[in-house]
Amino acid sequence: MTALLKTDSPRGFPFGAALRRRTPKTLSGRIGLALLVLVLAVALLGPLCTPYSPDRTVGIPFAGPSAGHPLGLDFLGRDVLSRVLTGGLSVVLYAGVATLAAYAVGLTVGLLAGYSRSWLEPVLMRLTDVLLAFPALVFLLLLATAFGRGITGVVIATALIQLPPIVRIVRSAALEQSLKGYVEAAVARGEGTLSVLGREILPNIARPVAADAGLRFSWSVLLIAGVNFLGLGLQPPAADWGLMVSENRGGIALNPSSMLVAAALLGALTLAINLLGDALAGGTE
Amino acid sequence: MTATTTVPTTAPAAAPFGSRHPLARVALRRIAGGVLTLLVLSVLVFLATSVLPGDAASAILGKQATPDAVAELRHTMGLDRPLVVQYGKWLGGLLHGDLGNTAAGYAAGGRSGVWDQISGKLGNSLVLAATVFVPVLLLSLLLGVLTALRAGRWLDHLVTTVTLVPAALPEFVLGTVLLAVFFTWFDLLPPVSFVAPGTSPLATPATLVLPVLTLVGVTVGPATRMIRAGMQEALLSDPVAVARLNGIAEARVIRRYALRNALAPSIQVFALIAQYLVGGLLIVEELFGYPGIGKELVDAVTVHDNLEVQSVTMLLATFYVAVTIAADLLVMAVVPKLRTGGTS
Repeated sequence: MTALLKTDSPRGFPFGAALRRRTPKTLSGRIGLALLVLVLAVALLGPLCTPYSPDRTVGIPFAGPSAGHPLGLDFLGRDVLSRVLTGGLSVVLYAGVATLAAYAVGLTVGLLAGYSRSWLEPVLMRLTDVLLAFPALVFLLLLATAFGRGITGVVIATALIQLPPIVRIVRSAALEQSLKGYVEAAVARGEGTLSVLGREILPNIARPVAADAGLRFSWSVLLIAGVNFLGLGLQPPAADWGLMVSENRGGIALNPSSMLVAAALLGALTLAINLLGDALAGGTE
Repeated sequence: MTATTTVPTTAPAAAPFGSRHPLARVALRRIAGGVLTLLVLSVLVFLATSVLPGDAASAILGKQATPDAVAELRHTMGLDRPLVVQYGKWLGGLLHGDLGNTAAGYAAGGRSGVWDQISGKLGNSLVLAATVFVPVLLLSLLLGVLTALRAGRWLDHLVTTVTLVPAALPEFVLGTVLLAVFFTWFDLLPPVSFVAPGTSPLATPATLVLPVLTLVGVTVGPATRMIRAGMQEALLSDPVAVARLNGIAEARVIRRYALRNALAPSIQVFALIAQYLVGGLLIVEELFGYPGIGKELVDAVTVHDNLEVQSVTMLLATFYVAVTIAADLLVMAVVPKLRTGGTS
C-alpha cells in the first residue's frame, strides 16, 4: 500500500525513515534490539580493550576466575576475557562478508533476471534444486574437502549456498515492480536499463530485501560458527567464539566460563536477530 | 494463499508414463526428477573430492613415499585411469549398493569397504534420529494445535516464548549449556556419549539423553510455529466456516474439518525436520562424541579420506531427496485436490 505512495519520490533512500518507523514496539522486539546492540558492541569494540594479549599464555590451563582474570584461563592458559573480547569480530566479520558477497551477486543477477524476464529463470530453478538437495553443512564439508580447511573456503561456500534463494527473492520482487506504471514511465522518458534498475526499481524493493538480508546474516553466523566448531573453518590459535566453545570442551568441569561465556554471546547474537526479525515481520502485517 | 489456488486450469494431458493413475504418474515424474538431481550432484561431489585436492595416493603415503610406491598405490586404487572411468566405476558401484573402499583401508595396506566402516554408525544415527523425531512429532503437534486454538491467549504466548529461545541458539551452544547443567552442576549424565562398537545405544540410554534433548530443543520451536500456522489457516478456511454455519458442534468441526486440513502442511513440517536432522546430527554427534554417521563424515573430512567422503555425502543427499519426494507424494495422497496438479 505504501509502495504506491512512495513511487512519487523514488529517489529518497528508504532505510533511515524505515528504521525510525520500524523501531520495534513490542517488548521482545526491544529486548532483541538491545541485545543486538550489546553483542555487536562487544564484538566490534572488544578487540580494542583487551587486558591481555589473547594469544599469550599467562597461567595454568583452565585456572578458575581470579582477580586478574575475571573469567579464568582457557586450555592453553590464555586469558578468557581477552579472548572473548577478541573473538566476536571474526564471527560478525566473516558472516557479514559472506552475506554481502552473496547479495552483491544476487542483487545484480536477480534484478536483471526480474526486469528482462530472461532464460535465466529455468537455469536458476534447476541450480536451486540441486543445492536444496544438500544439507548446507554437508555442502560446506564437501568444499572443505576440496579446498582444504580454512575460513576462505567456508566464506565462499556460505555465500554460494545463499546465492540461489537471494536471486529468487530479488527476482520476484523486481518482476512485480517492473510491471508498474512508474517503470513504464521511466522507460518512456528514455532511461536506460541501468538507470531503471538502480534508480527506479532498487529503491522500491529495498525494504523486503533489507529484511531478508538480516535473516541471511544470522543464518551465516550460525553456519560459519558451526563449521568453526567442527574445526574445519578458522584454525587455532585464532580467537573465535565458535572455536572457543569447541577447544575448551575438555575443561567444562574446571573452568566452565572458558566455554560458556563465548557460547552465551553467540547465542545472544542469534537470539537477538530472531527476536528483532519477528518483531519487524509482525509490524508489517 | 490456500492450496486451492495451485490447481491448474488445464486438464492433465494423456498419461506420459503409461499409467492412468494420476498419483502414480506424478510419483514417477518426481522420482525421475530426483534421480536427475542426484546424478548432477554425483558429478559435483566426484569433482570436489577427486580433482581439486591433488592425489589421494600421495596423501595416504605421505611426503616421504618413493615415486614407485605412489605409482603402485595409484594403480591399486584405480587412480591411474581417466577421470571419466573412475567416475563411472564409482557411480556404477553406488547403483549396485557398493560404496567403494576407504582411503584409510588402502593406507593400512589392505582394503576396507566404506559400508563396513559406516553401517554400525548409520544404525546409531538412525536410533538417535528416531528418538528425536518421535517426541518432536508428538510435542509439536500437541503444542501447535493447542496454541492455534488459543491464539493470542496466555498459553500461546508462553509456548511461543519458551520454545523460541532454544530454537534460536546454535546447536552446539544449546548442547554446551545442557552439558554444563547436567554434567558439571548436577553430575547426572555422561559428557561423552560412548557407545562401544557392536552394541546398541539403546543398551545405554543415558548416552542418548543429552544429544536428544539438544536436537529436540532446537527443532520443537519452529515445528510448533509452522503447525500452529497451518492449523490457524485451516480454522479460517471455508469448509470450517460452512461446518460452523451448519451448526455442527465446535469439537466435531475441529476434529473432522480443521485437523484434516492442517494435516498436509504438517507432513511438510516433519519432512523439513527429518532433513534438518542430517545437518543437526553432524554437530551434535561431534559435540557429544556420539559414534554416528555425522561424526564419521566429519572425521573423514578431517583426515582427508576423500573416497569415504564422496560415498557418505551421496548417501546423505539420497536420503534428503527421498524425504522431499516422499513428503510431496504423501501430501498429494492426503489432499486429493493436488493429485491432478503435478506442476512441480
